[in-house]
Amino acid sequence: MNKLLNVSSSPHARSNVLTQNLMFDVAIAMIPASVYGVYQFGLKALCIMLVTVAGAVLSEYVYESLMGRPITVMDGSALVTGMILALNMPPEIPLWIPFLGSVFAIIVVKQIYGGLGQNFMNPALAARCFLLISFANQMSSFKLDGVSGATPLSVLKNGGRVDVAAMFVGKIPGTIGEVSVIALLIGAVYLLVKKVISIRIPAAYLLSFAVFVFIFGQHDPAYVLAHLCGGGLIFGAFFMATDYVTSPITPKGQIVFGILLGVLTGLFRIFGGSAEGVSYAIIISNLMVPLIEKVTLPVAFGKEGKKA
Amino acid sequence: MNKCVERLYNGIIKENPTFVLMLGMCPTLATTTTAVNGVGMGLTTTAVLIFSNLIISSLRKIIPDRVRIPAYIVIVASLVTIVQLLLKAFIPFLDKSLGIFIPLIVVNCIILGRAEAYAAKNGPLESAFDGIGMGLGFTLGLTCIAVFRELLGAGTVFGLTVIPEAYKISIFGLAPGAFFVLAGLTALQNKFKMPSATNGSAPESVLACGGNCMHCTGSACMANHAQLETRRLQAEEEALAAKKASVAQKQAELSAKLDKKED
Repeated sequence: MNKLLNVSSSPHARSNVLTQNLMFDVAIAMIPASVYGVYQFGLKALCIMLVTVAGAVLSEYVYESLMGRPITVMDGSALVTGMILALNMPPEIPLWIPFLGSVFAIIVVKQIYGGLGQNFMNPALAARCFLLISFANQMSSFKLDGVSGATPLSVLKNGGRVDVAAMFVGKIPGTIGEVSVIALLIGAVYLLVKKVISIRIPAAYLLSFAVFVFIFGQHDPAYVLAHLCGGGLIFGAFFMATDYVTSPITPKGQIVFGILLGVLTGLFRIFGGSAEGVSYAIIISNLMVPLIEKVTLPVAFGKEGKKA
Repeated sequence: MNKCVERLYNGIIKENPTFVLMLGMCPTLATTTTAVNGVGMGLTTTAVLIFSNLIISSLRKIIPDRVRIPAYIVIVASLVTIVQLLLKAFIPFLDKSLGIFIPLIVVNCIILGRAEAYAAKNGPLESAFDGIGMGLGFTLGLTCIAVFRELLGAGTVFGLTVIPEAYKISIFGLAPGAFFVLAGLTALQNKFKMPSATNGSAPESVLACGGNCMHCTGSACMANHAQLETRRLQAEEEALAAKKASVAQKQAELSAKLDKKED
């Protein structure tokens, strides 16, 4: 039928933005970090990625077929969840642990609450915290070139000195995806150029975190820079905090969300017992999102002058 | 005697306090770290529940209505004190591992709930059997949760190693695990529609939710309110019509009488 003659109710103009395209863009943006992870940690890292992605896609498929729901495996969201989870894993972990994590992420955090768009927490991060609590030893033993070492953040925590240049390139122990800041930034630029994410959340996050660390940590730019490059901060700010489902949609709300993230991460890192705090900060802020959106609702066009 | 058996069935399956009534959640979540603790907590509560139901039911005509809650608390607290001293004397390890949750049985809502809902209205024998049923139901619930938590969290069941140390998922031994297991088992209970007060065996009602507002989660509420409203209006109309009819009949009778008189 001629599309011009097709009468239908609005909306008439549709954009080409599909869940699928967005998800594959995020997956593409994670490729530099993944490639660097495999280059640095070897085939073991690749195996972990395959296991988590397979686990996530498989559990989504199995759950949806069992429950008689439409199969949404092809929209790529399970793929992205699996990849994010893999990049959050230490490279030496036994393979069944990441698999368990991806099953938990998809079934407990995402599908039980109603599938994509309904989960109130980032599935990959919730799974990471689940694993962190369950397997504290395996999840926090990091090795580089066969030698186990402390991550730069725990060195900082214990008052040591770190090499910021090595942290920027990624020659440090850590989880598969978080080590190389430069690889993560390449992916982040891709996401920003393709307009998949807006700069608001990451910028507010990193800025407020830097200010917090400068005030409450040490008044030393090198220390702040080391904190910015260390741990999962860059990865979290650009790839996990910007998850559409679990971050605010209002522009003001995104800035509030970013500041909350920065303050919480700073609190956990400087005053907390553990060296890293990005995962917990993002998860806790995820829970605040409905509240933030309620407060920062923009005024509708035409109602600016009126005061209720 | 039949009624007593019915009370047992009611407590263990139909109105299981853990999976159906959702009562006593605090000890359920806190004491189910190991199977032994779960069984211990369940049986301790059972003992208190039986005697509190028995005593409250026997005294139900003496206790004035206005002060019944303080009176129940006094009875339950005395029983809990006795049980705690007995535990300290004979099973000290259980007393140590359950700790504060033994004295907290005083405010366990299953005990006060059964006193208020059943023992205060029924005879001592039935009430005692209600206590046994509810207590065993609670023990069953706690044991199920505790076995799963111990198996997944520590790899053991009643202290026997089943899963090697390296494969234990320690979150199940902590607070979040209690919620996961409780939710999972309740979901299974609902999925397989085991006979309970909230599904299957409940009498059919016009309302989608079964008409029992106690277990309403609110989503179906509006539609059901509309249904209730229409039914109420219908009943009112019917009553009005019946009244009119009866008035008309009386009038007809009266006029007939008058007619006769005039004749």
